[in-house]
Amino acid sequence: MQRNRLQQGGRIDRTRPLKFRFDGKPYGGFHGDTLASALLANGVSLVSRSFKLHRPRGIVAAGAEEPNAIVQVGTGASTIPNLRATQVELYEGLEARSTKGWPSLRFDVAAVNNLLAPMFGAGFYYKTFMWPRSLWQYYERFIRASAGLGTAPQEADPDRYEHRNAHCDVLVAGGGPAGLMAALVAARSGARVIIADEQNEFGGMLLATTETIDGEPATGWVQSVVDELAGNENVTLLPRSTVFGYYDHNFVTIAERCTDHQGERVSGGVRQRLWRVRTGRSVLAQGAFERPLVFCNNDRPGVMTASAVSTYINRYAVCPGRRAVVFTNNDSAYQTALDVVAAGATVVIVDSRVAGGGALGEAAIARGIPVLQGHVVADVVGPRRVTGVRIAQWHGDTAAAVETTINIECDLLAMSGGWSPSVHLHSHSGGKNVWDDSQHCFVPGENIQGCVSAGSGNGAWSLRDCLQEGLDAGKEVVQRCGLKNARVTLPVTNVANTIALQPLWRVPATKDADRCPKQFVDYQNDTSVADIRLAVREGYRNVEHVKRYTALGFGTDQGKLGNINGMAILAECLGEDIPSVGTTTFRPAYTPVTFGAGAGENVGALLDPVRKSAIHELHEAAGSPFEIVGQWHRPWYFPRGNEDLHAAVARECLATRNSVGMMDASTLGKIDARGPDVVEFLERIYTHNIAKMKLGRCAYGILLGEDGMLMDDGVMARLGDQQFYLTTTTGGAAQVLSWLEFWLQTEWPDLEVYLTSLTDHYSTIAVAGPNSRRVLQEAGCDIDLDKENFPFMCVKSAELAGLPVQLFRVSFSGELAFEVNIDSRYAAQMWQTLLEAGAQFDITPYGTETMHVLRAEKGFVIVGQDTDGSVTPVDLRMSWLLSKDKDFLGKRSLSRPDCQRKNRKQLVGLLSEDNTTVLPEGTQLIEDPGAATPVPMCGHVTSSYHSACLDHPIALALVAGGHSRKDATIYASLADGTAVAVKIVSSVFYDPKGERQNV
Amino acid sequence: MLLIQCPWCGERAETEFSYGGEAGITRPLEPDALSDAEWADYLFNRTNPRGAHKEIWNHAQGCRRWFEVERDTVTYKISSSYKLAGGAAEKES
Repeated sequence: MQRNRLQQGGRIDRTRPLKFRFDGKPYGGFHGDTLASALLANGVSLVSRSFKLHRPRGIVAAGAEEPNAIVQVGTGASTIPNLRATQVELYEGLEARSTKGWPSLRFDVAAVNNLLAPMFGAGFYYKTFMWPRSLWQYYERFIRASAGLGTAPQEADPDRYEHRNAHCDVLVAGGGPAGLMAALVAARSGARVIIADEQNEFGGMLLATTETIDGEPATGWVQSVVDELAGNENVTLLPRSTVFGYYDHNFVTIAERCTDHQGERVSGGVRQRLWRVRTGRSVLAQGAFERPLVFCNNDRPGVMTASAVSTYINRYAVCPGRRAVVFTNNDSAYQTALDVVAAGATVVIVDSRVAGGGALGEAAIARGIPVLQGHVVADVVGPRRVTGVRIAQWHGDTAAAVETTINIECDLLAMSGGWSPSVHLHSHSGGKNVWDDSQHCFVPGENIQGCVSAGSGNGAWSLRDCLQEGLDAGKEVVQRCGLKNARVTLPVTNVANTIALQPLWRVPATKDADRCPKQFVDYQNDTSVADIRLAVREGYRNVEHVKRYTALGFGTDQGKLGNINGMAILAECLGEDIPSVGTTTFRPAYTPVTFGAGAGENVGALLDPVRKSAIHELHEAAGSPFEIVGQWHRPWYFPRGNEDLHAAVARECLATRNSVGMMDASTLGKIDARGPDVVEFLERIYTHNIAKMKLGRCAYGILLGEDGMLMDDGVMARLGDQQFYLTTTTGGAAQVLSWLEFWLQTEWPDLEVYLTSLTDHYSTIAVAGPNSRRVLQEAGCDIDLDKENFPFMCVKSAELAGLPVQLFRVSFSGELAFEVNIDSRYAAQMWQTLLEAGAQFDITPYGTETMHVLRAEKGFVIVGQDTDGSVTPVDLRMSWLLSKDKDFLGKRSLSRPDCQRKNRKQLVGLLSEDNTTVLPEGTQLIEDPGAATPVPMCGHVTSSYHSACLDHPIALALVAGGHSRKDATIYASLADGTAVAVKIVSSVFYDPKGERQNV
Repeated sequence: MLLIQCPWCGERAETEFSYGGEAGITRPLEPDALSDAEWADYLFNRTNPRGAHKEIWNHAQGCRRWFEVERDTVTYKISSSYKLAGGAAEKES
């Protein structure tokens, strides 16, 4: 039974009842309810247990600022943790759970913490659980479980999310009176407008007000404005959309919840959409938060902000209590008293001011509402929810205790400590917030970007002022967009009134503030007045330090309710005024955003582009597993039967060394460089002599960074006087092209050189092994392939099997080998042709793993595996590649003292002295396994394999001073704590004279 | 996310660009004539100012041109962007 539901009124649809469950119990609500309003309608006052002390907590607010009613909505894979019940629209069958409180809300074992509360002061975790350090890992699990901040789903998210980019002239954040007014001006003036509001319908506070506009209920005006905006093709209306971040250069992000309100499993469509908007100007009209008042036990369920009580009554037709007390320090809460009476409940107003109330006060007195002026609520009665309040006369001195003289029984306490403009987006945009001494709140300071704040978010409290500010802001941004302002008149509203706030940052207790019942400042993190005082006593002065020590403002609500009270109380403790204590810099996200919206469509197959060679399908058909190299998927090995990696690689290596193998090397980067100045350009880039390269010759080339470190390597070929064909590593292709372009454009624009990436246009098939020449001959080659006509390190255009190819006589295996470069459209056909032509030699396709073993047997390095950006060519014994006759990038750095150090890590070969251990790559090398810890390290293993051809393990390593330590024994330190003796040898294990490739 | 004016393509989002650091770092014509300290100065030392900063950007996902930008390192405001003096593209246009 919805015992708090009013018979009439509200924006709920009584003809559409809904059923839902909270913590397993069934309840009823109506279409138009939020989870919070439906829970209140059902009289559910206890919705969570607090973070640290596990005190019972109820719903405090009606919007984004709700600190307590944090719930887990939905089940299984589509569940969302940590939503504010005040922002969850009710739907049929909704399942929600409280995220705090175990094993149940009513019986919480950890509530014993509350009895031990004096132990749990500020910095408790730092003081207790961090010591001894080694035990933190055990404490942490317990603390996190008992804090219980929701559960992430265990399964993959089944829903669709997307990102959308948009541009507009004017973005309006917030669809209340100010936002709608600004959007109306901008739209009528011809601007492209996006207006976003986090609620299900536009109107903001107008959805919960009893005020009139143009003599009609305010919602009528809202409807007419929304209708006009919807009919304007330049306007995008985004309800259920939170502007959660304001970034540089007017880049704004919006989280739109498209189907969350329809139910948990809505088929088709996008669940949430993340908008990335670049706007010319923007109007920030996010409204304001009502501040709680700080007094003893002010966290009891049944204590709410006054405006929230009004919202539940007027918008949701729910009166959260029958006997209410309104406690205020300003005029605005008098409206709540009137709303409570109109809902048929009784109310008493407790006002800390000796005079005040304004027009609303007169109306309250006319309705016969008792008003206790010059009084404060000092304490709340009731262990589980409000059953009464203790009232004291207010003497105005926060340092002195008060004496409670009046007790009132009640079941609802509506409090108002004034209002804090929601300055979040202004803060995100880089703007400072300034303290307004007359209004007692922070308001947006100077605008840094193209945004203007308006309405209660700018410190305007009356409806008329909000509309006026919206109108003015609209006109300002229209003008700044260079458009002509259309005529818009201000609607007629009631007389503007001020709220006449008298600051009351905390109510003293009947005894010392450190010994009285808790006076909460930040509900979500259980930060109390005593915690702030303790922090100051312990020497904290800076607001940022106090916040971190007490966790004030560090909850998921970012202190929307508690920050200002907390800073004011800190200021009091320090004897300073609020602006000199400082302000808070708010950061995105305004409210939490789901990972789904953040990821958008970039999940699964769309996470990262996949690059496949033109021969990919044949490799797949051959059953090859793929190794991911950058974005490339490369064949790893080609298993026969039940072979595992090791068996297949051993077979592939032996076949290649003994007869012939072939591999798809298409992923190598390929760059065509040509132009009148190409020789001069390449001379400056590469370390060897370019001019000496004859037409049709290939050369192994390396590039250094200006710091002298090896950047990339590859074979280059001279195809013409002014044309070179450069190859790069698979991973370095894009980087090398950018590197060449950088120097050409910034430093040497006088050189005329043209660079074209050919990586995808040409495919490369390497045919390697003693029988490779015979395979090409068998396939039908129109050029003479013998040693005299086509020697090692040459390139020729040819026809192979009737197809035009560039044939390179180069070798990355140390065997007689050819690389067939062919237009990618014919690559698969050529692969097939060569397989057939090589069948009589048992030609064996091999993948990246065998390629790695074959090159390691020859001591050929792989950039990025055997090097790491701190390795010079000298460290790799590549001094022979460094021309003495010219300058090249990085050359000067090689003579820097650090590059000349004798104990630099240098490339060597390693042999395990037990002849069986294949060292894990990355293994640290040490001199003395018996040395005291920390054991000094002298190097590490970069490549390591079992060599089938040599029948023993081989490894490449970088070892300090390694070039001069041949035959020395050092040790490889294994993960299990043991050490293996290894001998430093030449990095060339196989065919050290290089005879096999030169036949 | 910055909005950057490419002198060839117009205003584009930062995600299309890559950053090249301080502008006006000229490679010494005769590196061998420099002391280690002078070479290290060219290699490593940058002004890192608070306020106006001239820097180079590359429109990597667009025209792939390098150009110069003046950006405030405090406010991130970009006051101007222009082609590199004597750059190849300037010769073409």
